[in-house]
Amino acid sequence: MTVIQKKSDNPIAHLSDADIEQIGKELDAIRAEVIASRGESDAAYIRKVIDVQRKLELGSRAVLLFSLFPPAWFVGTAGLSVAKILENMEIGHNVMHGQWDWMRDPKIHSTTWEWDNASPSEQWKHSHNELHHNFTNVVGKDNDLGYGIMRVDEDQRWHPIYLAQPLWNFINACFFEYGIAAYDLELGKAVKRKTLKTPEFKAKAKVTLRKIRNQFKKDYVVHPILSGPSFLHTVTANFTANLVRNLWTHSVIICGHFPEGVQTFEKKSIDGETKAEWYVRQMLGAANITGSKAMHVMTGNLSFQIEHHLFPDLPSNRYQEIAPKVQDLFERYDLPYVTGSLPRQVASAWRKVIRLSLPNDFLGRFNTNPTPLPRAAESEQLAA
Amino acid sequence: MASTTSAARYPQPPQGLGRALRRGAYRLAELATTPLVPADYLDVFNPLRPGADLRGRIEHVQPETADAATIVIRPGADWAGHVPGQYVRIGIDVDGVRLWRAYSLTHGPRADRRISITVKAVPDGKVSNHLVHRAQPGTLVHLEQAAGEFVLPPDGGQFLFVTAGSGITPVIGMLRNLFPVADSGAVRLDRSRPFDITVVHVAPSEPDSIFIRNLRALDEAGLINLVARYDDVHGVLDVDELAALVPDLHERTTLACGPAGLLDALQRHHDDKGLELLTEQFRVATVATGEGGTVTFTQNGTTLEASGDRPLLEEAEDAGVLMPSGCRMGICYSCVLPMREGSVRDLRTGEITTAVEGDGVNIQTCINAAAGSCQIDH
Repeated sequence: MTVIQKKSDNPIAHLSDADIEQIGKELDAIRAEVIASRGESDAAYIRKVIDVQRKLELGSRAVLLFSLFPPAWFVGTAGLSVAKILENMEIGHNVMHGQWDWMRDPKIHSTTWEWDNASPSEQWKHSHNELHHNFTNVVGKDNDLGYGIMRVDEDQRWHPIYLAQPLWNFINACFFEYGIAAYDLELGKAVKRKTLKTPEFKAKAKVTLRKIRNQFKKDYVVHPILSGPSFLHTVTANFTANLVRNLWTHSVIICGHFPEGVQTFEKKSIDGETKAEWYVRQMLGAANITGSKAMHVMTGNLSFQIEHHLFPDLPSNRYQEIAPKVQDLFERYDLPYVTGSLPRQVASAWRKVIRLSLPNDFLGRFNTNPTPLPRAAESEQLAA
Repeated sequence: MASTTSAARYPQPPQGLGRALRRGAYRLAELATTPLVPADYLDVFNPLRPGADLRGRIEHVQPETADAATIVIRPGADWAGHVPGQYVRIGIDVDGVRLWRAYSLTHGPRADRRISITVKAVPDGKVSNHLVHRAQPGTLVHLEQAAGEFVLPPDGGQFLFVTAGSGITPVIGMLRNLFPVADSGAVRLDRSRPFDITVVHVAPSEPDSIFIRNLRALDEAGLINLVARYDDVHGVLDVDELAALVPDLHERTTLACGPAGLLDALQRHHDDKGLELLTEQFRVATVATGEGGTVTFTQNGTTLEASGDRPLLEEAEDAGVLMPSGCRMGICYSCVLPMREGSVRDLRTGEITTAVEGDGVNIQTCINAAAGSCQIDH
């Protein structure tokens, strides 16, 4: 992959300015339709998810009080893993996007929500909502592309250090919440610019460390102590649940922007970008995952990453219903709607991580036939 | 929700060792539930428990007329009670959106600890129409403790109530408390003897008159003196007729509740005659429209173009700002925010409030509209 502007087969070369403006209008209309019909059933949905999540978490933690017994350990760990995934994905991520702010419920609001994750919500909202969602896939501006630690594009100069990036990516996946916390804290930038000692950085770091300490105390001190003789088993159960959650969220997230076929953009290409052009960049800079209803809920509906990137603040439960309309728009304007099953997309993303760990010409010697752009319309149907 | 926004509340502070144990247990629960608070989990099971944010559950919806209904609510354990004539602020989700309104409590304190409000559906009234026509028993609503100064002195005296339309609701609360209705009819209690009450109630027509049967029953039992006036029969009430309708007007303290026009006229009438008047107004009467302006919420970072004839509260809510709010009619002061700089106009009086840089003038966002650009600290 290379930034779209330098490609010989630029996927938007065939679009006129008028086409792009028309795409913008059609997407605005889809958005307006959802907002006009947003109401009681949507509110009932998010309350139900929160209700189920809290009961599942409490139930699982209660079972884990007896984690000395292997069946209790397995059931409790499985339940807690699911609860933690729901809390981070369908609830936390989406609430902090402001998807539910319209309900005016102070308990389910982007300005008050705090999530079960190492990164404090305030810092996450800045790096995610303000930076990543605005500068999606713009090389050098969107640090979500490789989180500033990986080579994610052919245009990035290769260095032997990138040979280790598959390993690094795996470690990041296992401890993803800490990776996100460090990234939201802009730790890498602070090290590089030697601003670790500035009062601003120290204040932010203090908030992050307090959050991590509290999270740590809950999972590895208080809950195990309450488990009495099951102390160590509860420690391993909580560690496993966090690991499962981290691996799952990492997998879903690399499927969003990494698979082959997803485009990246040049920094200067977004100067003076119109709303419609922004929409088109979002259309090409994200990829979906196909799967069942349960799969969509477990990914926080980030399986509809394209729809989410077009409309980050629409309630997540509505992405599925607008997906066919969005896909139809892609087809009419001959744009690649990248989607695939979770295993396929994860494999695709990992293939890219491995390929880019090597110099550009290196792989060319083995593989003269690079992966073609997957087109959903041809290969995969969206889940119902 | 975040631990930063939810105050830890202890149900009843126990003494000594028990107290220390409970505090310890609570602290442990906080550690175990971070980043949420224990209440977030307890609310899943019992939202009406002691120590919870004040809520209530609708138990019964009793139609009163074609467009009015009495809503009976079981309040949460921390409901502190009320005095007849007070109102309660209720937050209810209409089409998924939490909206707050104030309604008079129509019963005095009841033995079963239920409270009730009587709501008349007003045209385009989102909350009133929802409550009258769509509210279902079992629905959870959000409450504030009862408030309001529009209450009867406990020692009795001679009173005149002048009520129009749904303005009868706080008065019904007072009357039901004074004269409970049993199967055999209204009961005169000892504590009610010192009260001599005349009610002048105005409605567009008889079928629209909420509680008219209750008022008539009290009148027939000789407990009150009712003067019912219907616009379609008697014409619109002129306050100068009061002296004829209530011959002993000058001996009575008048309590009035109704639309602004009637209350303003009564105020002038009573001021001229040197009579005592207590009023309660339940609808914002817009008297002034201004030029509007750019409003910035400094902490939230939102900037919006506010019109000069809509309250800042509504403008901000439409822009997605989570605003504190309450009665939405300038009574309860729960929407007050500091204005750092700028000008606002009171939509009821037209009065301009101005803050210069460095100020922190507290303004009620529900009855003030922008009259120039403003910086609000929120």
